[in-house]
Amino acid sequence: MNRFLGFIKKEFLHIFRDYRTLFILFGIPAAQILIFGYAVSMDIKNAGIAFLDLSHDEITMELTDKIISSGFFKKTETLLSYSDVDKVFKKGKTKAVIIFESNFGKKLVSEGKASLSIIADGSEPNTATLVTNYTTAIVNNFNLRFAGDASLNSVRIQPEVKMFYNPNLKSHFMFVPGVITLILILICALMTSVTITREKEFGTMEVLLVSPLRPIQIILGKVMPYFILSFINVILILALSWFVFGLPVKGSMVLLLAESMLYILMSLTLGILISTLSGTMQQAIFISLIGLMLPSILLSGFIFPIENMPKVYDYVSMIMPPRYFIVIIKNIMIKGTGLAYIWKETLILIIMTAVFTGISVRKFKIRLE
Amino acid sequence: MNNAIESSGLSKSFGSARAIRNISFSVDESEIFGFIGPDGAGKTTLFRIITTLLLPDEGYVKVLGMDSVTDYKKLRKEIGYMPGRFSLYQDLSVEENLSFYATVFGTTVKENYDLISDIYSHIEPFKKRLAGQLSGGMKQKLALSCALIHKPRLLVLDEPTTGVDAISRAEFWTMLGKLRKHNITILVSTPYMDEAMRCDRVALIQKGEILAVDTPRKIMLGFSRKLFSVKATEKYRLITALRQFPATITAYPFGDSVHATFTGDIVDPGLYDHLKNNGVTHVSVNETEAGIEDRFLELMNKTA
Repeated sequence: MNRFLGFIKKEFLHIFRDYRTLFILFGIPAAQILIFGYAVSMDIKNAGIAFLDLSHDEITMELTDKIISSGFFKKTETLLSYSDVDKVFKKGKTKAVIIFESNFGKKLVSEGKASLSIIADGSEPNTATLVTNYTTAIVNNFNLRFAGDASLNSVRIQPEVKMFYNPNLKSHFMFVPGVITLILILICALMTSVTITREKEFGTMEVLLVSPLRPIQIILGKVMPYFILSFINVILILALSWFVFGLPVKGSMVLLLAESMLYILMSLTLGILISTLSGTMQQAIFISLIGLMLPSILLSGFIFPIENMPKVYDYVSMIMPPRYFIVIIKNIMIKGTGLAYIWKETLILIIMTAVFTGISVRKFKIRLE
Repeated sequence: MNNAIESSGLSKSFGSARAIRNISFSVDESEIFGFIGPDGAGKTTLFRIITTLLLPDEGYVKVLGMDSVTDYKKLRKEIGYMPGRFSLYQDLSVEENLSFYATVFGTTVKENYDLISDIYSHIEPFKKRLAGQLSGGMKQKLALSCALIHKPRLLVLDEPTTGVDAISRAEFWTMLGKLRKHNITILVSTPYMDEAMRCDRVALIQKGEILAVDTPRKIMLGFSRKLFSVKATEKYRLITALRQFPATITAYPFGDSVHATFTGDIVDPGLYDHLKNNGVTHVSVNETEAGIEDRFLELMNKTA
């Protein structure tokens, strides 16, 4: 036992001596959360919008005001003719142009119908979709009120959309769980695989092998410090997203932390597996970064829904551990569900951990070959 | 006296490359046994088999009465191993390295301090310094202290003096000599022929095969001819000229002279003229005693 504690102490010394390791451990997750939370926001705020009002009446003015005062848009310019539309997009500040046809107000009152065009800058498809959706919503809203007091003889079905769990469709709800999932697997797998291959590269593994330390003690000794640090990391990320974005944990905190521990453990054993497959630190870094990061981002359902992918990718994503943890963490954090709804995913993670540990211990060489 | 190491017919290949071939030797308890040979001779492979880090393809080695393959767990507790690259943690201090190895081997620095005090006292003033910032000689002393800290019965040192300055090398051998009184068997390898003299017995190893095993004295006496030390102003021209001389058998550079052997073990009077004709001046020829290196080269040529 003393041996083991001595080994762990040594590992902590390595971590605390190396500022880069510490930075990767704690700096990157915080940076990721803030970057994803602010910069990569999918919400629109103050998007540039221009107006081409060919009618200039009370109703078009009112509608224009409504759009601008919604807070999502900022008026950039007032255009005078169709030919200006292209020009204003080329300047780059304007994401959409709203065009009211001539005699908009008159037509609306006399015929109960008038048309309005929303032209969006399609070179940024995400923004374009968002902008058109937002403006359509505002117009619909206005429409309803206007029609409400105008005539009651036409029957209309008006769907009322309500978003459960995330009423404002805030993208933090998607990014925070995603980033936690991504960061944990990357850091845990990267760190453990690098620290083990480092011993191989510097030749210290030779002496460790000749020592009475058992393989399981070496592996556990390598894993334990990162387990503790990663767990602290989870708490920090959760605290950060609570204070900065006001993102609550709806479900049980205990369950969330327990599931995180499981996921950390799984990632660490994956790291050990990587280290047994690679002889040098470079190889280990390469496998962890390229082999894990891209598939984790693309195939875990973090950004792109798995349901929309071709079947092949769906099967591939089944072996990606992040896929399951994302479901778990979203369920607990956002929906507030309990273990009853996520036991399947939890079980899969447990099996993965067991398999990785089994292979690692078997593949861990008690000799140099 | 028991044998500390006894090996028979050890062979090991890596793919198609044969690292060692049919190695048999035995080491007595508490002796300093040296493996002398150039880089790539198979010293490291042999030491890794002895320290249970590699499995032999053929043959066996019994270390301290235990089989290197089946008893590896027990054996690992008794061995102190210092690999060719000093296996130290560069980002840990001198003190931390030592106490880490002590705990890993289930002991404390205090417990076996008397064993390492001779060596460790040299670096103790720098105990707070990171191992990565030590000089080669200090690293070597620290690595030796780390290998000794659990009082092993067998100390295996793989090229401990490579990359270390001459003074540290001499100091190092003095320290090894002092360890003798603690009944520790020492197995050491080196590419430096002059260090062979500090061993009780040596094995000359070349291309994975042992050429000879004996005391350094007897190995030197094994030299079969009379050896002449030839000196002149231009050594390179001297060697070329000597090698062109018909009666020359061998001519190798040795320090600032050339060691040569001649047919009939005599210096042919025609040699001086031959050298003069080749532009070699200030020639002096003296009979000299053969060293380990001379014997090594002789043995090497016989097998080639």
